[in-house]
Amino acid sequence: MRKKPESVLIIGSGPIVIGQAAEFDYAGTQACKAMREEGVRSILVNSNPATIMTDQEIADVVYIEPLTVESLERIIARERPEGLLPTLGGQTGLNLAVDLHRAGVLDRYGVRLLGTPLEAIQYAEDRELFRELLRRIGEPVLESEICHTVEECLAAAERIGLPVVVRPAYTLGGTGGGIAHTMEELREIASRGLAASPITQVLIERNLLGWKEIEYEVMRDGAGNCITICNMENLDPMGVHTGDSIVVAPSQTLTDKDYQMLRSSALRIIDALGIEGGCNVQFALAPRPDVRPWTGDTSRGLPYYVIEVNPRVSRSSALASKATGYPIARVAAKIACGKRLDEIPNAVTQKTTAAFEPALDYCVVKIPRWPFDKFALGDRRLGTQMKATGEVMAIDRCFEAALNKAVRGLEVGGRTLLWERPEWRDGGELPLDATDERIWALMAALRRGAEPIDIARLTGIDPWFLERMRNIVQMERRLLSEPLNPSLLREAKRLGFSDEMIGQLADRLPEQVRELRREWGIRPVYKMVDTCAAEFEAATPYFYSTYEEENEAPPADGRAALVIGSGPIRIGQGIEFDYASVHAAWALREAGYRAVMANSNPETVSTDFDTSDRLYFEPLDEEAVRDILENEAGTGAPPASIVQFGGQTAINLAGPLRRAGLPILGSSAEAIDIAEDRQRFERFLQELGIPQPPGSAVTNLEDALKVAARIGYPVLVRPSYVLGGRAMEIVQGPAEMVTFLAQAAEAAPGKPILIDKYLEGREVEVDAISDGESVLIPGIMEHIERAGVHSGDSMAVYPPLHLDPDEEATIVEYTQRIVLALGAVGLTNIQYVVMPRAPGEPPQVYVLEVNPRASRTVPFLSKVTGVPMVKLGVWAMLGRKLRDLGYPSGLWPKRNLVAVKAPVFSMSKLPAVDTHLGPEMKSTGEVMGVDRNFEAALYKALVASDMALKPKSTVLLSLSDRTKADALPLIHKLADAGFRLYATEGTGQMIAALGLPVTIVTKVLTGNHPNVVDVIRDGTVQCVINTPEGRFTGSLRDGFHIRRAAAERRIPCFTSLDTARVAVEAAVRPAAYDIRSLEEYLAG
Amino acid sequence: MPDALLVLADGSAFAGRSIGARGRADGEVVFNTSMTGYEEMLTDPSYAGQILVLTYPMIGNYGIDPAVEESGRIQPCALVIRELAPFASHPRSQGTLRELLESRGIVAIDQVDTRAVTRRIRSYGVMLGTVTTDETYEEALARVRSLPSYDSIDWVSTVTAEAPYDWEAPAEPRYRVAVVDGGVKRNILRLLRARGCAVRVFPASTPASVLLDWKPDGIVWSPGPGDPDLLEAAVREARALIGRVPLFGICLGHQVIGRALGATTFKLPFGHRGGNHPVKDLVTGRVTITAQNHGYAVDPAGLVEGAYVSHINLNDGTVEGLAMRTEPVMTIQYHSEACPGPLDSTPMFDRFVQMMAEVKGAP
Repeated sequence: MRKKPESVLIIGSGPIVIGQAAEFDYAGTQACKAMREEGVRSILVNSNPATIMTDQEIADVVYIEPLTVESLERIIARERPEGLLPTLGGQTGLNLAVDLHRAGVLDRYGVRLLGTPLEAIQYAEDRELFRELLRRIGEPVLESEICHTVEECLAAAERIGLPVVVRPAYTLGGTGGGIAHTMEELREIASRGLAASPITQVLIERNLLGWKEIEYEVMRDGAGNCITICNMENLDPMGVHTGDSIVVAPSQTLTDKDYQMLRSSALRIIDALGIEGGCNVQFALAPRPDVRPWTGDTSRGLPYYVIEVNPRVSRSSALASKATGYPIARVAAKIACGKRLDEIPNAVTQKTTAAFEPALDYCVVKIPRWPFDKFALGDRRLGTQMKATGEVMAIDRCFEAALNKAVRGLEVGGRTLLWERPEWRDGGELPLDATDERIWALMAALRRGAEPIDIARLTGIDPWFLERMRNIVQMERRLLSEPLNPSLLREAKRLGFSDEMIGQLADRLPEQVRELRREWGIRPVYKMVDTCAAEFEAATPYFYSTYEEENEAPPADGRAALVIGSGPIRIGQGIEFDYASVHAAWALREAGYRAVMANSNPETVSTDFDTSDRLYFEPLDEEAVRDILENEAGTGAPPASIVQFGGQTAINLAGPLRRAGLPILGSSAEAIDIAEDRQRFERFLQELGIPQPPGSAVTNLEDALKVAARIGYPVLVRPSYVLGGRAMEIVQGPAEMVTFLAQAAEAAPGKPILIDKYLEGREVEVDAISDGESVLIPGIMEHIERAGVHSGDSMAVYPPLHLDPDEEATIVEYTQRIVLALGAVGLTNIQYVVMPRAPGEPPQVYVLEVNPRASRTVPFLSKVTGVPMVKLGVWAMLGRKLRDLGYPSGLWPKRNLVAVKAPVFSMSKLPAVDTHLGPEMKSTGEVMGVDRNFEAALYKALVASDMALKPKSTVLLSLSDRTKADALPLIHKLADAGFRLYATEGTGQMIAALGLPVTIVTKVLTGNHPNVVDVIRDGTVQCVINTPEGRFTGSLRDGFHIRRAAAERRIPCFTSLDTARVAVEAAVRPAAYDIRSLEEYLAG
Repeated sequence: MPDALLVLADGSAFAGRSIGARGRADGEVVFNTSMTGYEEMLTDPSYAGQILVLTYPMIGNYGIDPAVEESGRIQPCALVIRELAPFASHPRSQGTLRELLESRGIVAIDQVDTRAVTRRIRSYGVMLGTVTTDETYEEALARVRSLPSYDSIDWVSTVTAEAPYDWEAPAEPRYRVAVVDGGVKRNILRLLRARGCAVRVFPASTPASVLLDWKPDGIVWSPGPGDPDLLEAAVREARALIGRVPLFGICLGHQVIGRALGATTFKLPFGHRGGNHPVKDLVTGRVTITAQNHGYAVDPAGLVEGAYVSHINLNDGTVEGLAMRTEPVMTIQYHSEACPGPLDSTPMFDRFVQMMAEVKGAP
């Protein structure tokens, strides 16, 4: 038995990117809690401030530093941890642990790796070694070949036969992989895959397209005890990345023989590998031969192949945790500390141990959340490269209901399963190939009478799922044709039909359906997720709704409040809002309230069963939230809801809740409406005498053109009531206005469109907390990029660098007046633009927008100011006074530190998406660099976000005419510092005219080589600075290819000169930086 | 009147839809938490006299396949589920569960809040009940309350073989194994055969002398239904086998041999039925996830000198296995033959074969 370590270093997964999302915050947080229970000191490192794991309440020591070997070594030297836990920080944490080992750091400081040994990790991750292991233990091995060059790939495909799958080694979310049907395709995919793999290695594999994809989440302790937590069946068969697949748990179409065959295989594999902790094993299982023919021995079990093993906690294990209630990361962490499964208590039943296998008595459906509502021009096809940013999960007693609820939880423009693309109705061809919209297309095909078996043959989806979906279609028909009576309504509810869907089909308003339900006594009951199918009494307060007889969640005693979470992670609504929701629950508990949480996202800390006093795993729409509140009310009064922390998801429910007469804590729905209704807000600011950029709300094109002409181009155009700047754009003239308005109207039909004068000044952001009497401003953040780049995509600095005391005072004064006049209680976020002014002139500060809710900067600002913003906000909502809590009105004293928040993008994962920065948000995550001075903090932020320039490397410049003059100092600086310059024609001529050496490459892609894309792809240039002309001019497409090539090559690409300027500055004068814990920084 | 009713002895009732034969079926209501393996469970003789409630809500998804049946008939008297799959999908499916239930005349009900039923049984213990399609609640309840107790009926005699028979012999038989059929599952016979055993199945009432006359290298006392308290004759015969020939008791066989070794048995409040029970081998310290299906357990107080508890259940600490220090006797309460359930314990059959090999090889 290994000795328990005294202290452990836990590496987080860094910024949220596609393929590595909130699940690792959940895993790291559970691990830290487990360490605390075991009496082990935890030292946590992560570059991502928007995480619960980086809270000082969670880990004993927190470092928010870049995840590099260098900074990790310095942390290890300071803290001298006894152990390192590498398997909870995703692929990032695992790769870093391997790098630290290779660099000799672990040996040098006597740090031992805990949990799964490095050798096992290498066996699992290195495909050649893994196949060798499979052969040794008699497991089937898929025909495949490891290749290191494109030529090898082509030769391998000759032997295996097309189509083949290309899988790059050691990458996240299958980056760079794909399925090649022709040698031409293979050449392209293979070169991309080889570039994406850090060891330039890909696997060329026999194509199992259309086979069933089954996953097992398994666990093994150091004594060799093995268990299965959960198995999962992908609705989408092999060919679609599991992160992009609709997944069902447990498996639905496997017999006990199939189930046990694969389970035994998974356990044999983790035993042979010597896993100590959690592990995920993916299988391909032969489908029905009438769906996809296969050859093989049919007398024994069905043929299968082991596809992949993840020797660590993964996205699938987060899903399995939430699907079963079994705390995988927590148990894995304890195993790493040397505990055996039978020595770890089962936190759910509190009687049994962790050595058991969960039994489910419900069906779980997970649907990925894709970003194509933001990236309408992106390539929507799904394949081996993951594209989803997040996911939703739904639980019910049958597949149909879980599917219906999951779709509601997606929050894609309020779509239910009834949604159809308008062009489908005109008899257009239904896109049944794998895309983000396939589930709706399948429903549409079934509605038009397609036979499940025929669809199955086309798609490889098991007919079982399609038959179940047809069951939904049959209910739709009944609702359309039969009179709505209690038994029909109840049957529809049991299949998961929302009131809105029933209303739409049975020609009633959703509210009328709700009224009928009340009249007929058709209400959901709530059943517990207890890991054991009710065999034992369980203590977890984790519930899902269903239409059955017995309710297991009666109203509990005591004051309570409902925290409405933020739903799936998507661009514009990231993990920051889960951070805030979790803190809101904690603040309620600390104040003596029962915290009730509602959320639909399985990746998060908020949906951990010990975060709140009661967790409802539900879609976050009006119906579900009202049902929860009614259930909590029982015969008494319903608890109040908190809508400030769950992003736009929660705030959008304020109106419906108010209309239903349900109480809201904090800022009233009225205040929210003032802030979001353009006309009311304009009047509101006028009355306060606070300026905002001139503009107006319009509902049609004619008015839009009139307003723009009045205030003068350029103007900023955006729909109201959306988050993340969806469909927001800078418009330079009337022609662009016409194009743009059509798109904006589609994004938010019926809602007004806002047109503002575009002020290209310095953008400043403020979060404020108010109790209705006084207003605390924890800090002011200044953006590096000028207004026009979405605040979520901007680099932000705390404290501000360029504001003079008068400007700062003006901002503080405006903020206080706005918040108090609005009557906002809780948190408010305000964005300002500060225009340059002549000496002696008063500060020129304009209000851009006011959000009466927690913004995405709350975790960042909480961490760097030390002000517990969410807690104060919640307590203010509960009626406490900031003054009594020891917080004065006004600006909180600045800390002796500088923090830079930098956005992180997932553009290499999203082919065909343009990467240039603009008013629409595109980033998926963020990092923070913190130090004593700006230069060092900036350097860290750049390193952590992969935007740092290598000194004296080669930079490609391609600048728009508008920005050429502006770029002159930057070009001189690059040349002086020894950077080699490449440029496209126009930019190159300008540089040559300056007398600087430059290599000109052509923008023309069809002519001579090397062109601009070639020099990026072949690695000649290591950084790109490209300022686009604007979306409505011709040159955008050239720039597009440059930007895509840079994204795919994963080199920094700056589309804003402001960002480029600071990045170049940091590279020209590399800063010496400190490594300190957050606590030390805050201590001054 | 609802299409079908499940009525429990405590007066609770659940309305649903009839999905099998019409009529009435009475028995002890028990639940199983396995998520797969309905056909194996339905053909497991240990369910004789019981109404089987499956906690997994969607049943029948992958249809039926006669090759996986564990005995020649449907054993529980009725089936209670949340939802019967209206269609089946699997490469090996040869029909639907509904067809199976109807063709074999089994009363069954779905659309029941099976989780509520399970919680009731978990809280108050197993109880008698009925599934009925032609009575009112009052009629059904009155009838349930007059039913004889499950524990008073010798269920083994209803499922055991009428006469000895031989299982298909392996190509090269190395051992002769007599199986005492208290309600044997076919997979026990298959696994023995796969290990080179020529197997003869004997009725449960077979005297020890008859078994020994066949000159077996080992004897397996099979699983089966009912209260071991009623099996005094079998216990006596088992006692006569101890030390004479390697002995392997599974489930009911474990209880019978346990009694033969001086232990007693008692009824568990709601039994162990599922595929996820952790069992710890007290000798090796290893934990194995096992398939279980039993309503009674062994109380080890009174075990004779030389016998010891070899395995325990990690959930409730009950005895899961017995062994003897000097004699070739091993028993397990769980089902090493799985079907349904995890295959992790099939090495117990290897251990039994090893035991036979050691005895056979001894001078």
